[in-house]
Amino acid sequence: MSSSAETAAAIPKFQVDELEAPPLTLRQLTWRRFRRHKMALAGIVVLGLLFLYSFGGALFFSEDEANYTETGIMLQAPSAEHPFGTDTVGRDILKRSVFGGQISLVIGLTAMIVELVAGILIGSMSGYFGGLTDSLLMRFTEAVFVIPQLFLLIVMSKYFGGKIPNLEVLGRELSGSVIVVILIIGLTSWMYLARIVRAEFISLKEREFVLAARATGTPAREIIFRHILPSCMAPIIVSATLSVAAAILSESYISFLGLGVQAPTATWGNMLQAATSNFSRIESAPWFWLFPSLFILLTVLSINFVGDGLRDALDPRSRAV
Amino acid sequence: MGRYVIRRLLQAIPLLLLISVVLFLLMNNMGDPLATMGGRRPTRSQDRERLTRQLGLDKPVMVQYLYWLVGNDWAKADMDGDGVAETPGTRKGVLRGDLGTSLVNRKPVVEVIGERLPNTLLLMGAYEVIVILGALAVGIFSAVRQYSAIDHIVTGISFVLYSMPIFFMALLGIYIFSVSFQRWGLPYLPPNGMFTEQVGKTPGQVALHMILPVMSLALISLAGYSRYMRSTMLEVLHQDYIRTAKSKGLKRRYVLFTHALKNAALPIVTIVGLDLPSLLGGAIVTERIFAWPGMGRLFLDHVERVDVAVVMGILMLVSVAVIVFQILTDITYAWLDPRIRYS
Repeated sequence: MSSSAETAAAIPKFQVDELEAPPLTLRQLTWRRFRRHKMALAGIVVLGLLFLYSFGGALFFSEDEANYTETGIMLQAPSAEHPFGTDTVGRDILKRSVFGGQISLVIGLTAMIVELVAGILIGSMSGYFGGLTDSLLMRFTEAVFVIPQLFLLIVMSKYFGGKIPNLEVLGRELSGSVIVVILIIGLTSWMYLARIVRAEFISLKEREFVLAARATGTPAREIIFRHILPSCMAPIIVSATLSVAAAILSESYISFLGLGVQAPTATWGNMLQAATSNFSRIESAPWFWLFPSLFILLTVLSINFVGDGLRDALDPRSRAV
Repeated sequence: MGRYVIRRLLQAIPLLLLISVVLFLLMNNMGDPLATMGGRRPTRSQDRERLTRQLGLDKPVMVQYLYWLVGNDWAKADMDGDGVAETPGTRKGVLRGDLGTSLVNRKPVVEVIGERLPNTLLLMGAYEVIVILGALAVGIFSAVRQYSAIDHIVTGISFVLYSMPIFFMALLGIYIFSVSFQRWGLPYLPPNGMFTEQVGKTPGQVALHMILPVMSLALISLAGYSRYMRSTMLEVLHQDYIRTAKSKGLKRRYVLFTHALKNAALPIVTIVGLDLPSLLGGAIVTERIFAWPGMGRLFLDHVERVDVAVVMGILMLVSVAVIVFQILTDITYAWLDPRIRYS
């Protein structure tokens, strides 16, 4: 008797609770799905730590200290004083990896923004206007797509190299090559995003809400950016996340080849260039290339996990919570 | 199908022209090609003027492009600097198969590229075989054992490998299998070059020198390919015809390799076809680390010297290869999957 009364009490309470719970917003739904992806959460934590390392580390010593050369202690193995060892001119690798990390991470993020702007502009115009605009823009996209990215990066870094003077940003003297690297990575990686955006626009522009907007005389610019673009954010977010990882890798490849960011500004990529330019150093000074490489691997791996989690969370086909 | 292929080939022509114009414009601002021509001595100004004239660098960019494209044997050039064009040009232009002459060693570009191409193809062939076979094996294995401990381990490893920068893979390979093995007195792998000078260029030597570069490249791609293979295999394994085959009492091995694999391996064709051509020079970093005398290093060396003819030659070769492989991929795909029809 008492147990059935309990059950009876439990059922309406459960229903009331269910009725009172407000429907989940898209953001809550996404977060619910995202947090189930353990590795993506771990990725966020590691990324946070990496940001803390490179931006927080700057509170303990200055860039001048990181670039301080002391040839007397060159190529020393890791010790208590220099935990990651020293490089060919006696600079501390730990300190350089802090400031190098800042540049590498900033390049990854800003190159992604350049890519987003180019990809969204070209993709949305191509998809929305169609016709001649579409075929011209898509031929251009295809042309850039055909040449492998690293070739284009090398040619473009030679093209722009040395044309931008050094800059003073937040009290730091930045090599102009940083700007060049950001620009060329952004400008050689937008094609995939443009195709995604174009495909989304082609299907969305036929929908009623676009027709309604057009009927009320909304200008094309507003339809594109205020009405259609917010509806195709999910694939853009996933692609943007993954492209930060791709940009960091691209930076490290061209800097590794000596065509990226120029000294004295450090990045994880150009630290490697010095470490491997002479074959004997690969053998005799493994710490020199090991630590920058590990940082790049950790960053790219974490971003890939986060991107993977976001893809699962944002994919409308798996929206059930 | 035939009409489809012809249409695609015709579309490729304006595409290649567009690519060549863009690249040529980029190329002409890469730096001063004459700066390194005089060896260590700075080029004298009279020499510089004469060379500029002889190489046609005094012409506007679009004229230079035109000469590159269709040759200059119909025009005359002013070689002695008296303002009168008197010497007929000798170049035939890309459209007639003349890619020009290298500024660095005065050899025809076709010859310069021809020397290096086989080395890269060798590297890429071995790489592709390992990646495809490995991806099939790993993909099928983890699809059949979905969510088992070993599947999770394979997933974890492939995520790490997939995120690995190629130079890190290469450096670790060199450090472990070349440097450390030598230190420990074990048989070790050669870290660079194509063969050891003292032994000579024997097939065994080349194979031995290929192991490290091929494996560094292959392991990274293998990670991505095998994930892809796993997901297509899982998709196929859940289809009705597989259940039918199983319920008929067919052997598991037979169902897996005859019924499932055929359909599951299909999408792999697309990635392989689109990946292959970019590999022609895509191994720039790998070839640099392992000092492999292939196209990637050729490209780097000649970009450094602003050797427009060779650099353009390599880039156009790669572009043509990409487009041809895109068309080949479409054809193969339609041939393997009769449901696909191009109109």
